[in-house]
Amino acid sequence: MAFRHTIRGTTHVFADLRDLLAKATPLRSGDVLAGVAAESAQQRVAAQRALADLPLRHFLHEAVIPAEQDDVTRLILAQHDEAGFAPVSSLTVGALRDWLLAATPAQVTALARGLTPEMAAAVTKISRVGDLVAIARKCRVTTRFRSTLGGTDTLAIRLQPNHPTDDPRGVAAAILDGLLLGAGDACIGINPATDNLDAVRRLLDLLHAVITRHDIPTQGCVLCHVTTSLLAMEAGAPVDLVFQSIGGTQRTNDSFGVSLALLGEAHDAARARHPGAQVMYFETGQGSALSADAHHGVDQQTIEARAYAVARAFDPLLVNSVVGFIGPEYLFDGKQILRAGLEDHCCGKLLGLPMGVDICHTNHAEADPDDMDALLLALAAAGVTYIMGVPGGDDVMLAYQSTSFHDGLAARRLFGRAPAPEFAAWLARVGIGDGARIPAALSPALLGLS
Amino acid sequence: MLPAHLRRFTDARVALGRAGDALPTSALLDLAEAHAAARDAVWSALDPAPFAAPVVHSRAEDRREYLLRPDLGRTPRAEDLAPLPRTGGIVVVVADGLCAAGVQAHAPALLRAFAADWPVVVALQARVAIGDAIGAAMGAEAVVVLIGERPGLSAQDSVGLYLTWAPRLGRTDAERNCISNIRPGGMTASDAAARLHWLLRGARALRATGVALKDDMPTGPLLP
Repeated sequence: MAFRHTIRGTTHVFADLRDLLAKATPLRSGDVLAGVAAESAQQRVAAQRALADLPLRHFLHEAVIPAEQDDVTRLILAQHDEAGFAPVSSLTVGALRDWLLAATPAQVTALARGLTPEMAAAVTKISRVGDLVAIARKCRVTTRFRSTLGGTDTLAIRLQPNHPTDDPRGVAAAILDGLLLGAGDACIGINPATDNLDAVRRLLDLLHAVITRHDIPTQGCVLCHVTTSLLAMEAGAPVDLVFQSIGGTQRTNDSFGVSLALLGEAHDAARARHPGAQVMYFETGQGSALSADAHHGVDQQTIEARAYAVARAFDPLLVNSVVGFIGPEYLFDGKQILRAGLEDHCCGKLLGLPMGVDICHTNHAEADPDDMDALLLALAAAGVTYIMGVPGGDDVMLAYQSTSFHDGLAARRLFGRAPAPEFAAWLARVGIGDGARIPAALSPALLGLS
Repeated sequence: MLPAHLRRFTDARVALGRAGDALPTSALLDLAEAHAAARDAVWSALDPAPFAAPVVHSRAEDRREYLLRPDLGRTPRAEDLAPLPRTGGIVVVVADGLCAAGVQAHAPALLRAFAADWPVVVALQARVAIGDAIGAAMGAEAVVVLIGERPGLSAQDSVGLYLTWAPRLGRTDAERNCISNIRPGGMTASDAAARLHWLLRGARALRATGVALKDDMPTGPLLP
């Protein structure tokens, strides 16, 4: 169905919902690269006005990617809960924005299963940065493994102790450094240098040893491919969280070497080992579909929101966008990264996910630590579930810059938020004060350091 | 044991201390200095003069467009391609990539280490795949692209080497073999050259590069 809107004497025509959503998207380099972005500032506003007038019910009748071509579209349709949708079912996209800004946290939280990813993407396209913070702040999403995440006064941190060669002592040193600075309540998650099963098992054994010997209320994760985690579980390795990168189209997931069935198999296997826990950890990021030539002409933010339909099908403990990692051809500068990070967090929360953000940039993006601080403060105000903690913010394995352990401490103090309650109790019990000394209970020898 | 002892075990920025909740000034400025070096490396330009070789510009007009449009960086200007000689054999493309400074510094030593009289072309505002069009235009049996890698905080001069058999438009990255992190302190020029010759022998036997050609070169002394 074509849409048209006239502003200042010019009628702008949009071929279909996919085109309307793309043209209404605030400027970002990836949509320009894909050839789907608005051609002028006025065309963008015309699309935003037409989108604001669109009844939400329309999204249930026009898919941006046909269901017969894409299993994510089919998943989205199957997930839609008409009862949850009822409070807003007669609204337009524009009226939904107004409703969300006026509603109570309980009302917004109850809406999660009634919204589709495309509805969430649409409303964020006509929202400003302040709106994205205010709306996300209302969403309550609590998840649990050994620690409980998502409390209104909690800000959790994934301790990310990567090492270029997976050297166990190098990894252990970064873990200890992070624990001393209060990080690790979301998980201790290592990006391995290789996806080799033996190397992954060594890291899993290291994490298991650290967590069990020191009785740390957290969960370990080696961020290898899901098929490697399945092999590790079959071999009896101590797998806590199963990780996978996912995207918002079937072909993107093909490019990651995963399917919905494979994710389901991994979820079931991990859940059998940890009954009652939420056992999945997903990463996403705008631009991955274009990078895999799997975007179907859909703008990158809408596809990103569709990835959250995949995530919520597997009841995850943690989901985060790796917002600045993909590079300047998708998000060019600090302004684009800031907005995308807040959009991803807001959409994820609206759809009911325990949303964190890897607040990060590469050296070829037009971004610097000031931009990262601005995004960190905005996300902390928005109630972000967790952020990353990297020694000094410098990931020596992945060669990009993320948030430091210090950033986590600062955000917690500025916004009056604490570590996950079980983890906060552990920090007190072990005697981690200001991190100036390593407590006897955390003997480095036990971490394999002498 | 003090946290500072952790530094023995990793190059990660552990045990930095605290100023309130923030990084102490010296650690903050250490990071700023490393980031500045990486930023300057991204925006550095390759001077083709020392290579005394034909120059091919990509369709990216400047650095900003290069960063925004990888598709243009993969495509040479037609007018630069036309005068290239049809040499056949192995062709080496020296490309700026995401860090011209590293290529400028280390490509001459690499070319010497190859110990071969392969023709050289310099490519500017270039991505790896620009070698496919250049190699095809020169009738090359294989193209070797030396290209600046994305600078990190710890190294801003790494060179990547990509070998593509039978270069032509439409080759994918899965059809290339890569040797990365070539720099003093990383992989040395002589080790990279030995590895390239080893890969080339395999590529000649297979008539292909990429995933089919396993990069399982034995370590230790190599036969000539």
